[in-house]
Amino acid sequence: MKPAPFDYVRPGSLHEACELLAADDDARLIAGGQTLVPMLAMRLARPARLIDIMRLPELAGISEQNGAVVVGATTRQAQAERDPVIRASVPLLARALPWVGHPPTRNRGTIGGSIANADPSAEIPLVAVTLGAEIILAGTDGPASIAADDFFVGPMVTSIASGQCVRAIRFPVWPHRRVGVGFFEISARRSDFAFVAAAAQVALDEEGRCLDIALGLGGVAERPLRLNVSSLAGTRLEAASVSDAVHAASVGIEAMSDLHASAAYRRRVAVTLCIRAIDQARESVAAKLSKAER
Amino acid sequence: MKVELRINGQNRAAEFEPRKTLLDALRENFLLNGTHAGCEHGVCGACTVLLDGEPVRSCLMFAVQADGYEITTIEGVAPAPGELNVLQDAFCETHGLQCGYCTSGMILAAHALLQRNIAPTREEIVEAISGNICRCTGYGQIVEAVQFAADRLRKANTPRPVALSDASAVEAK
Repeated sequence: MKPAPFDYVRPGSLHEACELLAADDDARLIAGGQTLVPMLAMRLARPARLIDIMRLPELAGISEQNGAVVVGATTRQAQAERDPVIRASVPLLARALPWVGHPPTRNRGTIGGSIANADPSAEIPLVAVTLGAEIILAGTDGPASIAADDFFVGPMVTSIASGQCVRAIRFPVWPHRRVGVGFFEISARRSDFAFVAAAAQVALDEEGRCLDIALGLGGVAERPLRLNVSSLAGTRLEAASVSDAVHAASVGIEAMSDLHASAAYRRRVAVTLCIRAIDQARESVAAKLSKAER
Repeated sequence: MKVELRINGQNRAAEFEPRKTLLDALRENFLLNGTHAGCEHGVCGACTVLLDGEPVRSCLMFAVQADGYEITTIEGVAPAPGELNVLQDAFCETHGLQCGYCTSGMILAAHALLQRNIAPTREEIVEAISGNICRCTGYGQIVEAVQFAADRLRKANTPRPVALSDASAVEAK
């Protein structure tokens, strides 16, 4: 369990990091290292050079800008979990983060690292796709941005070009006053890879009617999926209509099958968890209201 | 590469190959063998150390990445040589260890929890040690040890950090 030898560089700027990355096909970026270092230890990855971007100031910070929260790529997961801006404005991310690894890995693992790694069962990519986030990239050809839905291609495969680096993730903030979120996942043991994960965000009006709803599914297909349940807009998210909408939206999903969970199991659990996530989202709005009423 | 680290309040410098993990550096270069090498790929938690007070796996970072952080190992938590801190003592009292391999990691994970929350619930304790595997105890006595230590700390007549749960209770009022 010792990595093969490599060179280590810590560039002083993002531009320099991208140049180093573009110049060498055998170079890899490292930030928190919580996925890359085990790969190195098992020698499943043998880069010739590691470019450490963890301390680049351009990749740090969480800020609210024009109806979105922009989270710097090297924001540690534990930091995001505690951040008041994320808790208030991107509650779905705050709800999902406790499911990411466990406390010691969240203390080092980064938001951008999880996005760039693109594990189909990972929670942060799922939240990004569910909310329609934008992935902001840096590269030698200048900045670029891409919708999360177009960024994730397949298991550990993204549409990032060589020499590009994830700079930040732009999560849209819903303008509604009454927003609730729900998140559930099933895995063999707590903190392990999810067989199925479901994320939901709903906005309700004063009468409890649904104004907007977003639903996402992770661990089932080869990349996180956004499900279309827009037919629920205008309803009060009653059990029967939620069940119908989720069943209709999950028709035709090509589920993965492996030793741990068959495709049929994944599809069945997906429907159940989607319904639970929507219920939890609706109830968390109600909880918020009753507190304010008091 | 020459790297200067700050370990248990002392500045320590050494020459490292980039591929040397912080875990191996602590054990081989600085003879801090209380940090245990278990799975060496981030699964077991035996190699837990504190980085600026927060638990991390020392097998999942390289020594060359660790400059500028305040690193605390199990050797750094006792008040004086030959003494035990409250948590270490509580683990002995409640039989929170058998073979002892996971113990230094468990104690550091629990130590970080008690630094910010002196009245943790059982769920909070379980969450805090969820990244640390023990194959002897079945975890029951470990949870007891942390509860026992928290109880002693609450009753101790010494300055202590404000518990998060207390702080949020004040806010709610």
